[in-house]
Amino acid sequence: MEALFAIAIGTLTSCAVYLLLRARTFPVLLGLTLLSYAVNLFLFASGRLVVASAPLTDQGIEHFPDPLPQALVLTAIVIGFGMTALLVVLALRAIHATGGDHVDGGER
Amino acid sequence: MLLSIVILIPLLGAWLPTALSRALGVDPARTAAALAATSLALILSQAPDVLAGATLVSGWSWIPTAGLNATFRLDGFGLLFALLILGIGLLVILYARYYLSPEESKERFYGLLLLFMGAMLGVVLAENLLLLVTFWELTSLSSFLLIGFWRHDADARRGARLALMVTGAGGLALLAGVLLIGHVVGSFELSRVLAAGPVIKAHPLYETMLVLVLLGAFTKSAQFPFHFWLPHAMAAPTPVSAYLHSATMVKAGIFLLGRLFPAFAGTETWFYIVSGVGLTTQLFAAYVALFRHDLKGLLAYSTVSHLGLITLLFGFGTPAGAVAAVFHTINHAVFKASLFMAAGIVDHETGTRDMRRLSGLARFMPWTAALATIAAGAMAGVPLLNGFLSKEMFFAETLQVQWLGSRYWVLPLAATLASVFTVAYSTRFVHDVFFGPPPQGLARVPHEPPRWMKVPVEILVGLCLLVGLLPALIVDPLLRAAGGAVLQGPLPEYSLALWHGFNLPVLMSGVALTGGAIIYFARRYYFGLHGYRQQRYDGRTLAEGLVALAVAGSRRLVDGVANASLQRYVLLLLLATLGVGLVGARGLSLAPIAALTPPDALAVALTAALAIAAIAATALHTQRLLALVLIGVVGLVVSLVFVRFSAPDLALTQLLVEIVTVLLLLLALYFMPAESPRESSRFRRVRDTMVAVAVGLGAGLLAWALLTRPFSTIAWYYLEHAKPQGGGYNVVNVILVDFRGFDTLGEITVLGIAAVAILALLQELRLVAPQRDWDGRPWAVERHPLMLRVLARPLLPLALLVSVYLFLRGHNAPGGGFIAGLVTGTAILLQYVAYGSDWARERLPWNYSTAIALGLLLATATGLASWAFGAPFLTSTFGYLHWPVVGEFELASAMVFDLGIYVVVVGVVMVIVGRLGALSGSGGRGT
Repeated sequence: MEALFAIAIGTLTSCAVYLLLRARTFPVLLGLTLLSYAVNLFLFASGRLVVASAPLTDQGIEHFPDPLPQALVLTAIVIGFGMTALLVVLALRAIHATGGDHVDGGER
Repeated sequence: MLLSIVILIPLLGAWLPTALSRALGVDPARTAAALAATSLALILSQAPDVLAGATLVSGWSWIPTAGLNATFRLDGFGLLFALLILGIGLLVILYARYYLSPEESKERFYGLLLLFMGAMLGVVLAENLLLLVTFWELTSLSSFLLIGFWRHDADARRGARLALMVTGAGGLALLAGVLLIGHVVGSFELSRVLAAGPVIKAHPLYETMLVLVLLGAFTKSAQFPFHFWLPHAMAAPTPVSAYLHSATMVKAGIFLLGRLFPAFAGTETWFYIVSGVGLTTQLFAAYVALFRHDLKGLLAYSTVSHLGLITLLFGFGTPAGAVAAVFHTINHAVFKASLFMAAGIVDHETGTRDMRRLSGLARFMPWTAALATIAAGAMAGVPLLNGFLSKEMFFAETLQVQWLGSRYWVLPLAATLASVFTVAYSTRFVHDVFFGPPPQGLARVPHEPPRWMKVPVEILVGLCLLVGLLPALIVDPLLRAAGGAVLQGPLPEYSLALWHGFNLPVLMSGVALTGGAIIYFARRYYFGLHGYRQQRYDGRTLAEGLVALAVAGSRRLVDGVANASLQRYVLLLLLATLGVGLVGARGLSLAPIAALTPPDALAVALTAALAIAAIAATALHTQRLLALVLIGVVGLVVSLVFVRFSAPDLALTQLLVEIVTVLLLLLALYFMPAESPRESSRFRRVRDTMVAVAVGLGAGLLAWALLTRPFSTIAWYYLEHAKPQGGGYNVVNVILVDFRGFDTLGEITVLGIAAVAILALLQELRLVAPQRDWDGRPWAVERHPLMLRVLARPLLPLALLVSVYLFLRGHNAPGGGFIAGLVTGTAILLQYVAYGSDWARERLPWNYSTAIALGLLLATATGLASWAFGAPFLTSTFGYLHWPVVGEFELASAMVFDLGIYVVVVGVVMVIVGRLGALSGSGGRGT
C-alpha cells in the first residue's frame, strides 16, 4: 500500500512539473492543480495510511487515523483553491496586458 | 547613568536643531551648542574625580546572552577624548555658523554633526567592546553623511562613499577582532579585557586578534596603505574637516590603540606592525603633503602624517611612548583644528584654496595670518608652542627603542627626516598664502572674516601658546590622568619642562627646523614645486575600480540568471530543489523500517486510475478542454483516496473544491485559446521530461521513506481531548475550530485576502468576451439549457438544507463550516450557470465581499469574546440544549467561529467564480 501511495505521489509530481515547465498559462495552471494534489497527499501521508476507519470518537472505532494532518490538509485544499483562483485571474490579466497567454508575456 | 545621558543628549537631540528651527525659528547653531554644552558640563562635573585617578563604570545589562551590555566607562583617557570631542565640537559649531552660506541647510548640518558627536562619545565612553564597535560603525555612517553634506557635488559623494567603504570595512574587521577577544577573555567588558593582557598575548590567536583590531584602527586613522580615503574626504565642508580630522573621526583609531594598549602592546609583533605602519605613514604623508597645492589637501596629508607619528609612538610599546602619544594627540587636535579653520577662512574670503593662486594675504587679513602662523609653527614643532614639547618627547623616545638592536639609528633618522618635511610643508602653508606679493586674479578683495568666525581659532591658538609656555599648569593633570588610564599602571618619569638642556632631541629639532626651511625655499626655486603634477592613480582609483568590477560582475550574474523568463525561473527553482534534496538525502536508506500495509485490489485500481488520468492530462495538455476534464478525474480519484484512507472530511472538501476549481478553469478557458500551440522544441520537451521524472522520482522516494519510517504522533492528545474539552466527536473539525482555531483564523484571513486581491485585479480588467472561440467557431446559441434550468431551481433549497445539516453536525460527524460553505457556494453557482449571472444576481443580491468581511469579523469576535470571560483568545465552551423533535442538541461557542468560516468560504467562492462568470456574461453577446 505504501509503495502504491508513493508511486501515486511521484506520478502526480512528475506530471505537475512537466506542465509547470510549459510556456502557456493554462498548462501551468493545470500543473499547479496537480502539484497541489501531490502535496496534499504527501502531507496526508505524514499521518500514515489507516484503512476503514475515521477520526470520529463516538463510533466505537479501535484504530484511529491521525486527525492532525487531516485538519491541515483540509485547510490546504481550500487555500489551494484560493491560490488557483488568484493565478487564473492573473493569467487573464496577463492576456489583457500582453494580448497572449505566454508565461513570459511574449515569445523570447 | 550620567555617562549614557552624556552620549544620548547629542545622539537623541540630533533632530532638535531642525525641529526647533522649524517650530520656533531658533537658530540651529544655538540649539546644537546648547546640547553640546550640556554634555560638556555633565562631563566636567565628573572631571575632578577622574583627574584624581578614579574610573567610573556604570550601566546595565542589555543582551546578556550575547555579552552585549550597555555599560559605560569614564577614566582619564575617555575624559580627554570626551573633552576634545565636546570642546572642539563647540568651537566647530560656532565656526560653522559663519562658514555655511545662508542657502545651505544649517538644520541638516547641525543634526548630522550632533549625531556624529554622540557616536564619537559612545566610542570613547563605552565599557563594553561590542557597544564600542556599535558606536564605531555609527561614526562611519554619520561621517559618511557629513562628508557628503554637499550632496550636489559628485566629488563629495565619491569622497563620502570611499570613506564609508574603507572605514566600514575596517569596522567589520574590528568586530571580528572584538569577538575573538571576547572569546579569549570570556567577557567584552573593558575592565576585564585590559586586565587580561598576559592571557591575550600568550594566546595562539593573539596575532589574528591583533591584525583584525589593527585593521579597524588603521582604516579609521588613515594609516598607510588605507590612508587614501582621507584626502578625498576633504570634499566635505571645512568645519566638518576641522572636526573629523583633528579631534574625532581619525582619532578614533588612535583612541583604540591607546584603549587596548595594555591588552595588546609590548610584543615584538606589535612593535613591528604598529610602528612600521606608523613610521611609513608619517614619512610618506609628510613628503606628499609638501606637494599638495590645495590648502586642505596639504592639511589632509599632514593629518595622515601626524597620525602616523602617534601610531609610531604607540608602536614602541613603552609607557613613555604611550604618554608621548597621548600628549601629541592633544596637541595635534588643537593646532590641526585651528589650521583647518584658518584654511576655511582663507577659502571663505578669497574663493580659492589653491596655493598657486594665493599670496600675500597677510596685508589683507593680518590677524588671521598671525593666528595661522602660530598654529603652523606648532605643527612644525617650533619652540614655545605645544607641538614642540610633544615632538621633543617623540624624538627622545625614538632614541630609546630597544627592538632594533644595532640598527637603532634608523628610527631617529627617519623621524628627523619626516620632521624636515613637516617643517617644509608648514612653511609652505604660511609662506605661500600669507607672504609674498599681493595675489593676482582673485574674484574679490579679501578681508578679515566676521569677528565670531575668528574666535574659535583664537581660542585654539591661545591653547597652543598656553600649553607651549605653561605645560605643567595647563595640561599636566589631564595628561597624567589620561596616560595612567592608557597604561592601567604607574606612569613613567617624564618632564614637561621647556628646556632639558642641550641634548640630542634638541639637536634633531634644530636639524628639522633648518632643514625644512632650506628644503622649502630651495624646492620652491629649483624643483618647480608649483608646477608639480599630482599623481593620477592612487588608492581611490583602486578602490573604485574594485567597486566597479563588483558591480559589473553582479550585473552580469543578474542578467544571466534573471532574464524575466518564468520558464527559466521555474526550471532553476526545480533544479535547485532537486540539488538540495539530493544533498539532504545522502545516506538515506530506502529499506522499510516500519511494518507495511498489504496492498489490495482497490488501492491498485485507484493508483492506476490516478496515474493514467494524470499522465493522459499531461500528454494531451495541448487540447485544453480535454486536459481539464482529465484533471477533474484526477481530483475525483484523490477524493476517493481520502475516502479509502479514513478521511471523510477531506473527501468531501476535495470533491467540492474540485467542482469549483473545474468551473473556474472552464471560465478561464473561455477567454483563452482552446489549444496550446506545440511550440516547445524537441530538446526542450526531452529536457523537461527528464527534469519532471527526476523531481517526481524524488517526491515518490521521499513519500516512500516517510511512509516506511516508524510513526510517532500526538494524535492521541486530540483524540482524547476532543470530546471532553472541545465538545465534539469529529476530531478533525474540533482541531480546526478549537484546538488550532488560531491557525484556521489565519487561513480564512488568507482566503479573504486572496479574494480581495482578485477583486482588485478584476477591477481594471476589461476583457472583451469573444463572439467566437479562438478557432473561429461561433459559440452555441442556446446559452442556458432547459434541463439544467429546470433542475437547478429546486436544487438550491435542497442544497441549502444539506449545507445547514452538514454545518450543524460538523462538530460530531463529517461536515462543518468549510464543507457547508462549499456546498452553499456550489449551489448558488449552479444558479449562475443555469440562468446567467445577471438573472442570478438580481435574485440573490448579496454583496459577497461584505460577507467575507463579516465572516472574518464574526470569527475574530468569537475569539475576542473569550477575553471577556478572562480566558485566552479563542477559548471555546459548550453546553447542551434539549430541542423538541431533534432531541438533545449541543451548542458550542466554536460553532459561532465555524459560522464565520462558513460565511467566509461562501463569500470567497462567490466573489471569485461569480465575478469571473459575470465578466463573461456581460460581454459582447448580450444576455
